[in-house]
Amino acid sequence: MKLIKSPADLKQIKKEVLESKYGKEKMRVRVHMGTSGLASGAKEIFDFFKVELEKRSIDASVVSAGDLGYSFAEPTIEVKRPNENSVVIGNVDKLRADEIIEKYIKNGELVDGILPTNYQPLI
Amino acid sequence: MAKEKMQILVCGGTSCSDNQGEALLDNLKLELEANALENVVHVVRTGCFGLCALGPIVKILPGEIIYSKVTPDDAREIVSEHIMKGRKVERLLYTDPLTKKTLISEKDLTSHKKQLRIVLRNCGIIDPESIEDAIAHDAYEALGRVLTTKKPQDVIKIIKDSGLRGRGGGGFPTGLKWEIANRNKSDEKYVVCNADEGDPGAFMDRSVLEGDPHAVLEAMAICGYSIEADRGLIYIRAEYPLAVARLKTAIKQAHECGLLGKNIMGTGFDFDIEIRYGAGAFVCGEETALIHSMEGLRGEPTVKPPFPAESGFRGKPTNVNNVETFACISPIILRGAEWFSKIGTEKSNGTKVFALAGKINNVGLIEVPMGTTLREVIFEIGGGIRKGKKFKAAQTGGPSGGCLTEKHLDTPIDFDNLIAAGSMMGSGGLIVMDEDDCMVSVAKFFLEFTVEESCGKCAPCRIGNKRLHELLEHITKGKGVPADLDRLKNMSLVIKDTSLCGLGQSSPNPVLSTLDNFRDEYVAHVVAKKCPAGKCKDLMEYFIVSANCVGCTACARVCPVGAITGERKEPHLINPDICIKCGACMEKCKFDAIIIQ
Repeated sequence: MKLIKSPADLKQIKKEVLESKYGKEKMRVRVHMGTSGLASGAKEIFDFFKVELEKRSIDASVVSAGDLGYSFAEPTIEVKRPNENSVVIGNVDKLRADEIIEKYIKNGELVDGILPTNYQPLI
Repeated sequence: MAKEKMQILVCGGTSCSDNQGEALLDNLKLELEANALENVVHVVRTGCFGLCALGPIVKILPGEIIYSKVTPDDAREIVSEHIMKGRKVERLLYTDPLTKKTLISEKDLTSHKKQLRIVLRNCGIIDPESIEDAIAHDAYEALGRVLTTKKPQDVIKIIKDSGLRGRGGGGFPTGLKWEIANRNKSDEKYVVCNADEGDPGAFMDRSVLEGDPHAVLEAMAICGYSIEADRGLIYIRAEYPLAVARLKTAIKQAHECGLLGKNIMGTGFDFDIEIRYGAGAFVCGEETALIHSMEGLRGEPTVKPPFPAESGFRGKPTNVNNVETFACISPIILRGAEWFSKIGTEKSNGTKVFALAGKINNVGLIEVPMGTTLREVIFEIGGGIRKGKKFKAAQTGGPSGGCLTEKHLDTPIDFDNLIAAGSMMGSGGLIVMDEDDCMVSVAKFFLEFTVEESCGKCAPCRIGNKRLHELLEHITKGKGVPADLDRLKNMSLVIKDTSLCGLGQSSPNPVLSTLDNFRDEYVAHVVAKKCPAGKCKDLMEYFIVSANCVGCTACARVCPVGAITGERKEPHLINPDICIKCGACMEKCKFDAIIIQ
């Protein structure tokens, strides 16, 4: 990454990243891979989505993040369909991951295990 | 976008499921099938909505309509009215307990306003290994603003005005700490981040470092600018390998793009951060012990004063703050002291992250404004007690804290109220106990931890805690006498008064607070020699109720020591002299004939 020489550079980078990464709405799967997530098998789920989404020719990005704090339901993932509110799903194993791809990602049909958002974000 | 299909979400949280939620789910499916709608409308089981007192909860999409206290018999009406005719079932609509208004949208739920994420703002949202992603979520913006538009004194004033208090345990005002460190002039000064999270059951610092490492780096640089230090050190336990790896990546990236190192953002300010590893000793969370450990010495505390702000790392002025404290800094700079000071209670501002553990349904991390009550935390956000058991106590502050009981459920949680209740904030571990937990054993468990973690430097802590533990061991073995209770109390008070550092000064807290709140339980142990919760093995006896025993011999076959005798089809007997109280027979018995006395 290029050197940031002033707060203006920082602002410029922020703008660029927001545009390139978040500007165009795209299907996104985020796997929560902190210690709690990884201990419950989040890495396997991450790999599963990477491989399977490509195999099934679905244009989506698979990204990782830290834990959301839902230790009781790890591994948890967040799925964002273009132009829709994102959904967090817990207790994801390969079986459920497959169901998520087939039902939610392809058709927008919800699956079991959705975790309602229970906090206010800092906006 | 395709037209949204109708979906019925049924809460699958433990509380709702136990409350006929499963039958409701089945009925909804049956009703849909009866109307040939099973392929058009989907029924989905969700996680807890946090509205357990009003469960089972049903939510219908689109429209986000929430129904509460739905019984299995209501399934027909929901399907025939709402699904088929699009008419809301008015009598089931959720009514907000505070505003008494019927809610239409989930977004208006008050329970959702219970949690506010400041410290955890980016955890689980950004990619912790990408500095670009962090920058896109406002990282380093506060640093830029501070370096270009503010003097060190201005920053200290903002932090002071915000009312931020140290989140590591003591609750010392952060701004004041920075001011003292700034006032002590020296050629070298240090900023230390205490990431030696040793409190059993607490893992918020780990989560922040794993999910948002740049938040900590940025805040350390801001602190460095305010106290005129150019070096930062993060003291982290080596048991957190993932947090260490992500911190290393973050430091490297920040260096590469000039956000750490020489001449940051062209302002002439230099700041560098290094990682120092700890071996995971609880006492190293104490700032003087932590500094000694970083210097390569034994992790033992020394007497304060001198405080680290005067003479810390290598004898230079050092400012030590906890991870969670640092994570609050940039939002305060970006939004202003006034914004932060409006959150929380009068003397405890902002939010606090709690790690919920123990017998609670939704274990994990939550962040609530200071002043939220224990009831809200446990029963609304935490989803209540596991298996519908009765709440008994919650330990805050880990082994240095005390327990809160039913009478404290409606006390707003903040630094001062917890101390008044005989506990402390600590780092925010919250261990929930139910009716099956024996409070004497709980106190013994925490003391066992401090006995093991005591560094051994001062006698009250090294010897006193050991003696306290022995006394508790005695009591749980049924060898205690009533006078032991006074001995426990006296010894605890002496240890508190005479120990060198915070570890010893707070280690008897679990004993004192359980003695205060659950004296009857201690008395039962020493007088009647009974453990009311049925936890202390030496105080219980397995017994076969002959009226219930059919003589199936299952218990006798499973007993590993041959303590059970009896003829087939005749009631059996347990020989208490041989029985080792493993409980295997009780698990095997299908007729509830074996009980604990």
